Amino acid sequence: MKQILKSCTALTLSFAFATHAFAQEAMKELGKGEGELSIVAWAGYIERGETDKAYDWVTSFEKDTGCKVSVKTAATSDEMVALMNEGGFDLVTASGDASLRLVAGKRVQPINTALIPSWSTIDERLQNAPWHTVNGTHYGTPYVWGPNVLMYNTEAFKGEAPKSWNVVFEEMTLPDGKSNKGRIQAYDGPIHVADAANYLMFHKKELGIKDPYELNEDQYKAALDVLRVQRTLAGRYWHDAMIQIDDFKNEGVVASGSWPFQVNLLKAEKLPITSVFPEEGATGWADTTMLHAESTHPNCAYMWMEHSLSPKVQGDVSAWFGTVPSVPAACKGNELLTDEGCATNGYNDFEKIKFWKTPVSKCASQSECVPYHRWVSDYIGVIGGR
Amino acid sequence: MTLAATQTILPNRPRLTGRISDFLWKHPHVLLAVLLGPPILWLGIIYLGSLFALLLQSFFSIDDFSGLINYEFTLATYKQLLSDANFDIIVRTVLMAATVTLFSALIAFPIAYYAARYARGKWKAVFYLGVMLPLWSSYLVKIYAWKLILAKEGILTWAFTKLNLLWLLDGWLSLPVIGGNSLSVSYTGTFLVFVYVWMPFMILPIQAALERVPANLIEASSDLGGTPQQTFRHVLFPLALPGIVAGSIFTFSLTLGDYIIPQIVGSSRLFIGQAVYAQQGTAGNIPLAAAFTVVPIVIMGLYLWMAKRMGAFDAL
Repeated sequence: MKQILKSCTALTLSFAFATHAFAQEAMKELGKGEGELSIVAWAGYIERGETDKAYDWVTSFEKDTGCKVSVKTAATSDEMVALMNEGGFDLVTASGDASLRLVAGKRVQPINTALIPSWSTIDERLQNAPWHTVNGTHYGTPYVWGPNVLMYNTEAFKGEAPKSWNVVFEEMTLPDGKSNKGRIQAYDGPIHVADAANYLMFHKKELGIKDPYELNEDQYKAALDVLRVQRTLAGRYWHDAMIQIDDFKNEGVVASGSWPFQVNLLKAEKLPITSVFPEEGATGWADTTMLHAESTHPNCAYMWMEHSLSPKVQGDVSAWFGTVPSVPAACKGNELLTDEGCATNGYNDFEKIKFWKTPVSKCASQSECVPYHRWVSDYIGVIGGR
Repeated sequence: MTLAATQTILPNRPRLTGRISDFLWKHPHVLLAVLLGPPILWLGIIYLGSLFALLLQSFFSIDDFSGLINYEFTLATYKQLLSDANFDIIVRTVLMAATVTLFSALIAFPIAYYAARYARGKWKAVFYLGVMLPLWSSYLVKIYAWKLILAKEGILTWAFTKLNLLWLLDGWLSLPVIGGNSLSVSYTGTFLVFVYVWMPFMILPIQAALERVPANLIEASSDLGGTPQQTFRHVLFPLALPGIVAGSIFTFSLTLGDYIIPQIVGSSRLFIGQAVYAQQGTAGNIPLAAAFTVVPIVIMGLYLWMAKRMGAFDAL
């Protein structure tokens, strides 16, 4: 009896390991759809026309494939990682500060690009991007991306675009004759430390910053000092896009790091607001559709990844959220995005963007870097006036 | 005689429900256990159990190198909690809660006094409606509305300009600490919204306490030559104090834990609730988030102990 039990246990264990190993392999071929698909996504990324009839890229997919889509929206990258760890989802639209964590935690599986016909249409700059490619293996399809631009009020700047991020980092008199004190804003997330580092990377070469997400103690301290000056200038820090829009309208804010989303909305209201790509370059985000390691609907998931790369979907999402499509073909002839949409949202600035990623202590460019959780606690201190 | 005996001592009842009823009547402690057991288990496991699990987390620490939680007993997290930046957050929140409570009491007392002593009939209904009405609308809508009212280009600035009093507003905003670029990005703005939102929780207990103060005691005080001030200080105030303290428990604890108001109206400097949210949600530093949660628990523990000594719970 004992023997039987033992061999049974061994057998079960070997099965468990076998299936585990199997999950790490990309799928070889596609079968029929499973009839269902659940996606973890940013709010506004998967629209079925419920907010605005014109913005619907789910209904047609459901009709064509028979895969019923359910969406779970998440507000932060950390929430996405938590949901994927919990399991029960097929896909996630992960930003660069979440994607590698998911790969490292083995929560997502490799993608067989041969099963996605549209793979070849993807922007070449994104095909092997480091936030979804590890040792040559792809862990997802690029969805959309965008920069953190410098949004400003054209009246306060008298029509001349600010050349540098210094308008939000240093005290100065703006072209309208008044100080920028109390009239600028900054992003209320620790990842904003990277913006300060990016600024220093350009202006203080002696610090030797190679990557704004990989900072040693000295570089990190210098970045915090820049942010401390910024604290004396900023009335409020923004984290909710709608609140920032309101502050530009009612609070007399004239310059801030922002997303094309806010810029487009304010422009649509005919307000004197526009954005610029300063000489230092900018930080940005690039999202990847990733497949859960234990997905129960992998066929539907592959179909969605294919669908998500169609120019129509790419263009519609980009028009809705103010992003740049990962498929260049989407930039032409999309009714909602228009032909200027891509350039407006930052298509030509790819090289100047340092995409978000999670700062880790074991970094590539130096021996040891300041990890993310220190960014969090120190940024709280800086905002608190320390 | 036999008849009386048989009628007094009834035979055991045959039915099960009857026997259970008899048993419980003879053993009142069992009845008590049956009735109180489920709620106590609920309180003990679901409420205190999870609270304990949370507190336990605060004695772990986060590994600086990998960012993983280190499951070993340590007080390092509490040391971190008392670091300058984090201690600032605690002081800031407690000061705000105390100020909000004090001013809520000052404003609520006359309103409650009027309602308890003078409002009659229709006016009493109007009073109740007026106090309760803000509670029926969405909390978020109210805060966003206040953000607009307090904005630099909002209605308050407009009113001050029309009244030629803008210098007053600007003077106030140029004050250190409580000032700022505009009311909606200053501590003053956060304070005003807190006072507005928690006001009903202060008015209602004070009003209930004032209703219970016998009118003849006040008359007696005047008859004995007490001035209105003396009557207030020696009769009315001590008798209404339990109500004020009860109301202050609401305003104090609600301000201590709130993380929405300071996020929308204020200068982005964190309060305890926001710090918990940021440490837990963004940083993944659950030990520090748990340690932050301990702070309001300890403060409220002390506060309730003091409130009990002042007789806030005597009327319960």
